[in-house]
Amino acid sequence: MRAVDAVMECLKAEGVDVVFGLPGGANLPTYDAFVNGGIRHILVRHEAGGGHAAQGYAKATGKVGVAFATSGPGATNLITPICDAMMDSVPVVFITGQVRTELLGTDGFQEADTLGITIPIVKHSFMIQDPKEIPRAIHEAFYIARSGRPGPVLIDIPQDLSRGEIEYEPVTDVRLPGYQPRTEGNQKQIRQAAKALAAAQRPVIYAGGGVVNANASAELVEFATSDRFPVTCTLMGLGAFPAPHEQWLGMPGMHGTRAANYAMDEADLICAVGARFDDRVTGKLSEFAPHAKFIHIDVDPAEISKNIPAHIPIVGDAKHVLAKLLIEYRALGVDPARLGAWWERIEGWREKYPLGYEDSTDNEIKPQYMIQALYEATNGEAIVTSDVGQHQMWTAQYYDFPAPRRWINSGGLGTMGFGLPAAMGAAVGCPDRLVCAVAGDGSVQMNAQELATCAQNGIPIKVFIMNNGYLGMVRQWQELFWDGKYSHVDTGEFPDFVKLAEAYGATGMRFEDKTTLVEDMKRAIATDGPVVVDVRVTREENTYPMIPAGSAAREMVG
Amino acid sequence: MSAMSEATTKEPLSLEGLQASGGVRTGRKHVLSILVENKSGVLTRIAGLFARRGFNIDTLTVGPTDDEQISRVTLTVDGALHPIDQVTKQLHKLINVLKIRDLEPSDTVTRELALFKVSADGAQRGELTQIAEIFRGKVVDVTKRSVIVEVTGTTEKIEAFEGMVRPFGLIEMMRTGEIAISRGRSET
Repeated sequence: MRAVDAVMECLKAEGVDVVFGLPGGANLPTYDAFVNGGIRHILVRHEAGGGHAAQGYAKATGKVGVAFATSGPGATNLITPICDAMMDSVPVVFITGQVRTELLGTDGFQEADTLGITIPIVKHSFMIQDPKEIPRAIHEAFYIARSGRPGPVLIDIPQDLSRGEIEYEPVTDVRLPGYQPRTEGNQKQIRQAAKALAAAQRPVIYAGGGVVNANASAELVEFATSDRFPVTCTLMGLGAFPAPHEQWLGMPGMHGTRAANYAMDEADLICAVGARFDDRVTGKLSEFAPHAKFIHIDVDPAEISKNIPAHIPIVGDAKHVLAKLLIEYRALGVDPARLGAWWERIEGWREKYPLGYEDSTDNEIKPQYMIQALYEATNGEAIVTSDVGQHQMWTAQYYDFPAPRRWINSGGLGTMGFGLPAAMGAAVGCPDRLVCAVAGDGSVQMNAQELATCAQNGIPIKVFIMNNGYLGMVRQWQELFWDGKYSHVDTGEFPDFVKLAEAYGATGMRFEDKTTLVEDMKRAIATDGPVVVDVRVTREENTYPMIPAGSAAREMVG
Repeated sequence: MSAMSEATTKEPLSLEGLQASGGVRTGRKHVLSILVENKSGVLTRIAGLFARRGFNIDTLTVGPTDDEQISRVTLTVDGALHPIDQVTKQLHKLINVLKIRDLEPSDTVTRELALFKVSADGAQRGELTQIAEIFRGKVVDVTKRSVIVEVTGTTEKIEAFEGMVRPFGLIEMMRTGEIAISRGRSET
């Protein structure tokens, strides 16, 4: 069998139903195999769009996403998605073409040291040195990508080797002696954690993307509601605990709620589940949660005690550990009434500091209202993607995600141009769901070319551009921390997004009136095919509340 | 069932009594002995984890083991300068890394080999040879104006020898970096 046909067989054996990619010289043989390969391939317009689409697909479905690119510039265009997938623990297998082996290291045409360039940003990578290695490498790649802490895996295949003939036998066993993720959690530690939670007077459950990755949302809810534990979820974890909910505090961190941040600040015990104490959450590390002891549950042992020393470390995935923790905790028969005083304190913050903004007195659309309107227009049921910046934070604040895998954004790397292609991938993975991208007018242009892909393939994403004519978050920081001197943040009225949408074969709309916004949005959603909506919002609005970088949670402003 | 019944006993646990585990600078030299799959790129993956954090690897040796699929990397890092706990955990995450041991100095035999090229004419040659003997070194090459001495031992011994021969005029010195093996019956 041709090695490239074996590639198709392996992908099918792994349950792959779609590949996002773009062909070129070095992966021509692989693309020949797509002709009769039985796998759907979506031709993207830029490899980065393909990579982010694979991420969006993976995040929405929980399956492994797949992106293909050719050698050299094709592969280097994948760098951002690979790094993004690494930072946000997204299972994606990237398969790149490489120049012929005789040209390796000679600066051959379209040669780049793809493996070398990507080493720091992959969970693992394979350089194929013999066509016979291809099937095993693919299966190992999928196994590594989806197990343990998920992440990106790259396979680089030189063109001449992909032309090889091999004896293909399905690979059924993957054995990696140096890779044995621990998922179960140590029973003694779990029991210790249950006791600590029972002894705590001011506990907080701080859950992250690890809960989503482990499909442990149900376990989280069951455990949290087995007592009256207050719950906060990180940007990556939104939806893991349903919002709104009486035990839901909102998101923590730089633009989180005061209830969440103050609760962490005063907590005596924080139970971190699949969260990594990112600097956007902790603020000034030395003053983060000064009274708290920490239980840290994570499938990745390297995360435990990385930023915050853990008192009770538990290596295991959220699903297994939370289920066991629930049993241990129930057995202790703790009286939920003991948290009465703690909840009184939290309720005080909730009442005093709800999320809010000053609405316009005319028809102007406030950006926060835009998200509330989207929530209403979608009944809170859409899969929502975003880029990075103010619009991302407002979406996280004002769109109450009721379930996991509904909120797809670039949290760790903070990639502009993530949202639109991620929405495309999510829509391909979940064809029965409404998928909306909330985009910044700056960000959206970084992968707007994928509108052509959406139009050509009838991928009906609805893109809502929060258009303030600025690189808004940078402008906000310049206003607040750089004496209001704006340096290169004004993007003006360019481009005309309605015309741009139409040029790509999508529907373009422009909304400027808040009084009709919900109905207008419903109309956009009801329109067939991809739709791009230019929503004109208040030009200079700041994202609040805010913990200034390097400050403590209690120094929150706005 | 014993686990369950144990859980139901309401023994109090004081939060104050819990001790945190966390990465700090240890203040000593660390010898990491790492078993890796013998595949291309492994060394880059390892070295990159140190470089990314701005950590300096003091010595690095790579050699075969009795299994040709597996190589041994021995590297030393200064734990006074770098918190190595985090980088060790990251090393564990590399798929090609099979085993890591952070060898306790008192339970470890370490050796390196060094070659010293020292300028020495007739008069000095004897004295130099004497010093080499004290250090159980070997003269492995002699010319009219120079001598090459081979010394093996701990880093401290090599450095002591260097101090002794430097006054003669040290032309150059080659050191292998340390290899290490744990004391006792168990495998490193």
